[in-house]
This record gives sequence, C-alpha cells and structure tokens, in this order.
Amino acid sequence: MLQIDLWKRILIWAVVAAGLIFAAPNLFYGRVEAHNDAVTAIEREGSTQELEAQAAGWPSFLPSGLVNLGLDLRGGAHLLAEVRVEDVYGARLEALWPSVRDALRPLRDEIGTIRLQDSPPDELRIAISDTSGQGAALQAVRDLAEPVSSTTALAQGGAQNIDVSAADGILTVTLSDAERAATNERTLRQALEIIRRRIDEVGTREPTIQRQGADRILIQVPGIGSAQELKDIIGTTAQLTFQPVVSRSGDPEADPGVGEEVLPALDEENVFYTLERSPVVTGEQLVDAQPSFDQNGQPAVNFRFNTQGARAFGDYTAANIGSPFAIVLDDEVISAPVIQSHIPGGSGIITGDFTIEESTNLAVLLRAGALPAGLDFLEERTIGPELGADSIAAGQLATMVAFALVLVFMVASYGLFGVFANVALILNIALLFGLLSLIGATLTLPGIAGIVLTVGMAVDANVLVFERIREELKTAKGPARAIERGYEKALSAIVDANITTIITAIILFAMGSGPVRGFAITLGFGICTSVFTAVFVTRLLIVTWFERRRPKTVTV
Amino acid sequence: MRLKLVPNETSIDFFSRSKLWLGISAVLIVVALVSFFLQGLNYGIDFRGGTTIRTESAEPVDVGAYRDALQDLELGDIVISEVFDPSFGPDENVAMVRIAAQDEVEAVSQDTIAAVEAALQEVAPDIQFTSVSSVGPKVSGELIQTAVIAVLLAIGAVLVYIWLRFEWQFAVGAVVALVHDVALTIGIFSELQIRFDLAIIAALLTIVGYSLNDTVVVFDRVRENLIKYKKRPLREVLNISINETLSRTLMTSVTTLIALLTLLVLGGDVIRGFVFAMTWGVIVGTYSSIFVASAILHRLGVKRDWSKPDNTQGNQFANVDA
Repeated sequence: MLQIDLWKRILIWAVVAAGLIFAAPNLFYGRVEAHNDAVTAIEREGSTQELEAQAAGWPSFLPSGLVNLGLDLRGGAHLLAEVRVEDVYGARLEALWPSVRDALRPLRDEIGTIRLQDSPPDELRIAISDTSGQGAALQAVRDLAEPVSSTTALAQGGAQNIDVSAADGILTVTLSDAERAATNERTLRQALEIIRRRIDEVGTREPTIQRQGADRILIQVPGIGSAQELKDIIGTTAQLTFQPVVSRSGDPEADPGVGEEVLPALDEENVFYTLERSPVVTGEQLVDAQPSFDQNGQPAVNFRFNTQGARAFGDYTAANIGSPFAIVLDDEVISAPVIQSHIPGGSGIITGDFTIEESTNLAVLLRAGALPAGLDFLEERTIGPELGADSIAAGQLATMVAFALVLVFMVASYGLFGVFANVALILNIALLFGLLSLIGATLTLPGIAGIVLTVGMAVDANVLVFERIREELKTAKGPARAIERGYEKALSAIVDANITTIITAIILFAMGSGPVRGFAITLGFGICTSVFTAVFVTRLLIVTWFERRRPKTVTV
Repeated sequence: MRLKLVPNETSIDFFSRSKLWLGISAVLIVVALVSFFLQGLNYGIDFRGGTTIRTESAEPVDVGAYRDALQDLELGDIVISEVFDPSFGPDENVAMVRIAAQDEVEAVSQDTIAAVEAALQEVAPDIQFTSVSSVGPKVSGELIQTAVIAVLLAIGAVLVYIWLRFEWQFAVGAVVALVHDVALTIGIFSELQIRFDLAIIAALLTIVGYSLNDTVVVFDRVRENLIKYKKRPLREVLNISINETLSRTLMTSVTTLIALLTLLVLGGDVIRGFVFAMTWGVIVGTYSSIFVASAILHRLGVKRDWSKPDNTQGNQFANVDA
C-alpha cells in the first residue's frame, strides 16, 4: 500500500529541481538579460571591460534562458506586411523583350516589322506586320521558354516558364502559372532576407521576422519607438537604377515612346525626365555604399559596382560621353549628370539635396539591397514601453494576490492536505516558468492571464483527489487505503477534464496569433505542469508524510 | 475547523425544477440571440478594421473637446471613450480614440495618424500616445473567419472526444452546455456593448475548455455510478453523481473565480474585457454543467447496462475505459 519506488521518487524530484533551476534566471531578469546581451556582444564585437563585468553578473554555469517578453509587455512595433508579388511580373517580362526581339529578327522576311506594344504590366505584346508569319513567330517565341526551376514545378512534370499566344498579328507573352508561383516564392524569400538585413543593420534586440501564409511577412521589433520608424526602415523599396536619358521637360503628361517612361525629378519641382526603361546597371550590382561628402562638402553616397556592373557602367560611359545619364531611386530621378568622361573602375558618387541622416539611410538601404517588390502594411501596432511596464506591474500584482488568496483558501479548506497542494502549486508555477524559459517562449499580457487562470485551475486536480479521498475515508478500511483509492479513482476524471482543455489550447495555438498564442502556450503548458504536480508531486508529499507519521486517522 | 463550501452529505434534487432551469436558459439564449442580431457586437478594430489610439495626459480627458478637434479631419466614424482603472494615478487620464478604416487594404495612412495626433496635441499639449494599432479591412475580415472556425473547431473536437470517451448522449449534453455558455457570453457582450476583439475569442475558447472540464467531471462520476447502481432510476443516479461532485465543482469554481476576480480588479484595463469574459464564462459554465448538461442527459436517457451490448437505445460505442 502507498508504495512509490525509489527511482520514481528520484525522478520526480529531479524534474522538480530541473524546473526550479531553469526558472531561476527569471527572478533576476535584469541581470540575466544584461549578461545575455553582453555575451552576444562579446561574441560579435570582441570583449571590453564593461561587457565582461556585465557578463560576470550571472554565473555562466547556470542556465540563462529567459521567458521572452511579448511586445505588449516590453513595448515596440508590430507590422504585418503583404508583399506585392505581382510587381515582379512586369520586370520579368521586360527582361524577356531583348531575347524575344533577337529571336524574331531572323524571321523578318516572313513576319515583317516587329514592334513592342503598350500592354498591362503582366503581359508582353509584340505586333508583327505580316500576319501570315504568325505561326512561325509563335514557334520562335515559344522556343524561348525554359523549364521552371523550382521543386514544385519539377514535381508537376517540368512546366514551362512562359505562355505565348497569338491573334491578329499580335503575340502575347505571359508568365505561366508555375512560373508565377516560383517567382512569388523567390520574391518573398528575397523580401524576407532584405527586411532581415535592414533590421539587423539598425541593430535592435531580438526582432521577429516571420513569413505568414503565401505572401505575408510578420515583423515585430521590441523597443522601437513606433511602427512608422519601422516602416521607414523596411518599407522603402530602394530600387536604384542607372538609365539613359531621352529628354527633359516640364510636362508630366509627356508622351513616352514605347520602352520609355517619364519620371519626376526628386529635388526640382516640375522637372520630368523621359528615360529608356531598361536600365544600364541596377542596385543589385552594387557591392558597397557608404555615406560621404562631395567636393562641396554636401552629404553624398559613395558606391562601388561588382565586376559585371563595373564593366557595363564603364562601357556605357565610354560610348556616351556628352549625354546625360539618370540616377533613379524608387521611380524618382535623383540626378541626371552629363557623362564627362569614360568612368572605369566601377565606383561613383550620388549627390543630391541630402541631409547627413538621409545619406546615411540611403547608404544602409543600398547596402542591404533593394526590396524586390512593394509592401502593403495590413496591420500595424505600436505599444509604448510605459504601457508595457504598467501591464507587467499590474500582471505581477494580480498574480501575487491571486496566488496568496488561493493558498489561504486551500489551507482553510483542506488543512494539512491544503499545504501539500500549495507546495505543489508553487512548484507548478516554477515548472511552468522553467518550461517557458527552456523553449524560449514569449510571455504576453493574455499569457499572464493564462498563468493566473492556471493558478486557479491547477488546484482542480488536487481538489478532485482530495474530495475523492474524503469520500473513500467514509467507506474504505484505513487512511492508507483511502488515499490510494482516492488517487486511483480520481485519475480518470483528471485525465478527461484536462485533455479537453488541452484540445482547446492546441486549437488556440494553431489558429491564433501574437498575444492569443502567448495565452495558448501558458494555458497548455500550465495544464501539463499542473497535472504533473498534482498527480506526482502532491502524492509523493502525502506518501512521504504518511510514511513518517503513520497516522491512525486522516482528516482531509 | 475546516472551511466547507457545501456540507459533507448533500442530497439536493437538481431535477425537481429542471423544466424551470432549462426554460430560464432557453429564454436567456433567446435574449442573447435577439440582442446579437438587433444591436450586434461592439467589434474592436481586430474585426472591423480601423485604428485605435490610446492617449494619456495629466489633465482630465475632455471627450467633447477631443471630438471637436477631430471633427474637422473628416475621418468618418470616430469613437472616443475614457478609460478608468483603479491603478491609474490622478495625473493618468487615459482615453481610447477609434477611427474607422479609411482604405481598402491598409487601415489608415500615417499622415492621418499624424494629423489626429497633432489635433489632439492642440487640445492637451502634454498628451502622449501610449499605443497605436491599425488593422486593415483585408486582415480583419480574415480574422473574423479564423475566429469563427476556431470556436466551431473547438466545439467539434470536444464533441468527438466525449463521444469516444462516453456515449453520444453525454456528448450532446456537453455540447448543448457549451453552446449555451458561448451564446450567453456573446449575448452579454452584445447587451453591454463591451468591445469584442481577438482576445475575447481566446476567452471564449477557454470558457469552452473550462465548462467542459466541469461537465466531464460530473459525467465521469455518472458513468461510474451507472455501473454501481444498476437498478436505480437514471434521475436518481444523476442526482447522486452531481451531489457527490458538488463540493469539487464549487471548490474549483471558487479558486478559479478568486484568481479571475483578482485579475479583473488589479490586472489593468488592457485585459479587462478578456478577464470579464472568462469570469462570466466560469460562472455560466459551472451553472450549465449541472443544470444544462445533466438535464439534457436526463432527457435523452442513457444506456444502462454497460456490461453487455444493447441494441434498443441509440448507437453503441465501445467503452474505452473497460
């Protein structure tokens, strides 16, 4: 009767001890956080005396995992961005035009003249003057199609990247569905990577940058002042191109020729440039960009191209001395200097009416790379650090008071057994924090509510057992038997009741986001730890007490 | 002397007024539905899109002045409400300003927020904006959908679990009780026009979990007693089971309510709606597990002989505990 094997006892206490050790860092939150930051800083930038002192603030042999504080507790900004994946289709098709032209040229005798038509951005339309050669032209363009290079497309049996159709002497080229899917995937990965780089350049603590669904990105940066600041960092596309200038005018409605576009000047009002659409070089070919000053001491940005970019830039400048050349950033002409001489070596300077801050930001953006497509911000939240601190304070106070009240209530109701339940309850909270720290979970304000709820509900399993023991005491022979049967019979109810709650916690976790997820995590883990402490820890406490005292009667 | 919520031995007849209790519940559900369809819920921006700005200033909030300041911006529907909390000091005057969504995709442009902030600064120069949230209509539509799916999924999953563990009559009883709890919670949010946002959905799901917890404990005992008292009528067995578990039901509800009420008073205004929903849910859930779930079970009847197959009453499922 009432036997618990030694190895089980050791195992139970070992789990409890591990929970306490992993939970411990949270009691010294500030110190451990400074320690962790210092350790990362030393790894990244080398050691300084100050950092070493901070790192020594928490012994390194102890675990240093902390429960992360969510944005609602720490303050910061949250953005949900949708990537305009269609933006990329146009550029992809434009890039096809030269090869389409080259493929059709040898067929001139059959198809007559070839002209690029105006078209929606997701199509490329080419008019041929002799419709009798339409079939041949169609075939020639179709031959340009390549298999889509992505794993999903391979699984579908090597789909082609473009669809070509022809009617009334007009060839229409569109991206195939498989190619679109592959392009979307690439665009999103690129956008994720670039957002990550830009945020890292600014150097904030523990940003969360996650993909959500097919074309969305979730960005959470603790400690940043506002969502607007965050948008300024990541929202700018920073598409840098160098394009040949066709003409300059004051008319925004100027009619651009096919393959040309009209863009406004950045600094001068009412000045518009007509430019050739395809750039000579783009920002992708940059290897470095640094803020600097021009000859007049004005802030500027120095840049350097990679070999390929340097060659294209060098060749173009050599061939076009005396013509203007536009530097375009996000569809605005920053400047259009006249090429004075051949520029070899592939480096240059962008001047404009910049402030120092602007030139620094521009350099950061150019260095991190351009976003492949624009972003729409579907959701944005800013939480001030004071509000977060207030919430933590309120949450802490509420947890403490709730805890104290439940402890008192349990002792009042169950006497000594209530004390056992309380020890288990305290260990339960410690285990919960240990578990949350171990997996690096994020604690949110609803998460704190989840903990308070756990405090209330955690005693449930104990209550079930104690009530059962009370009943068994009326009928069973002797207290030992009653305790044993109490545990035995209450188990089925405990399991059923908690599995149903776990089911809802899992659904919440799967469907919820942000704070709600934080709640689901604390609720789910809280149930696990409370069942463990009620079924194993309290029982061990009772059995140990029973073995020492051997009471003839027990009152619960 | 021990604190006892209920005497050691109780033999309350929970079914003597069972029609009355079911009737009250039915009326309350109808009231909840009518309120829901007539005046609807006071949806937060999570579900309708828009922007909320939380302000804090040392001077008292003058809602009228705020409204006048924002009127000129022509932003459509603007709701300004003052927020009270016992933890606020005398120089902490908090208000929430809600602006309707202005655009199809994004909630509101940064210029609009800046204009609102500037206008409010004219009224209260020391005003601070402690949190700003915008949700675009595109996302809010999806959030509603996800929320509804989550609640339905939770109820469905529970139905299946109880069906497998018990019998279909138990599952029906439990699910009717759950729907009852969820309907009454939505009803009180509609009736009192408390802001209904994403966190309330989390609370609803927790209520589902909690109410079930209670119901399952009673049902577990019913199953046990059905085997123990083979000859007694169902009504008597149900009464015995509820009486036996009454002490536990109330103990757990009281400890949970102690925790929730503490949070309601001390937890700050940010999660007050959320905690209120749970507090209400625990009360309703405790009531429904006794007066709704068991009453339904009583009405549906249940297979009595658990030792051999019975073809006369409904579907048979293996007793997995056997």
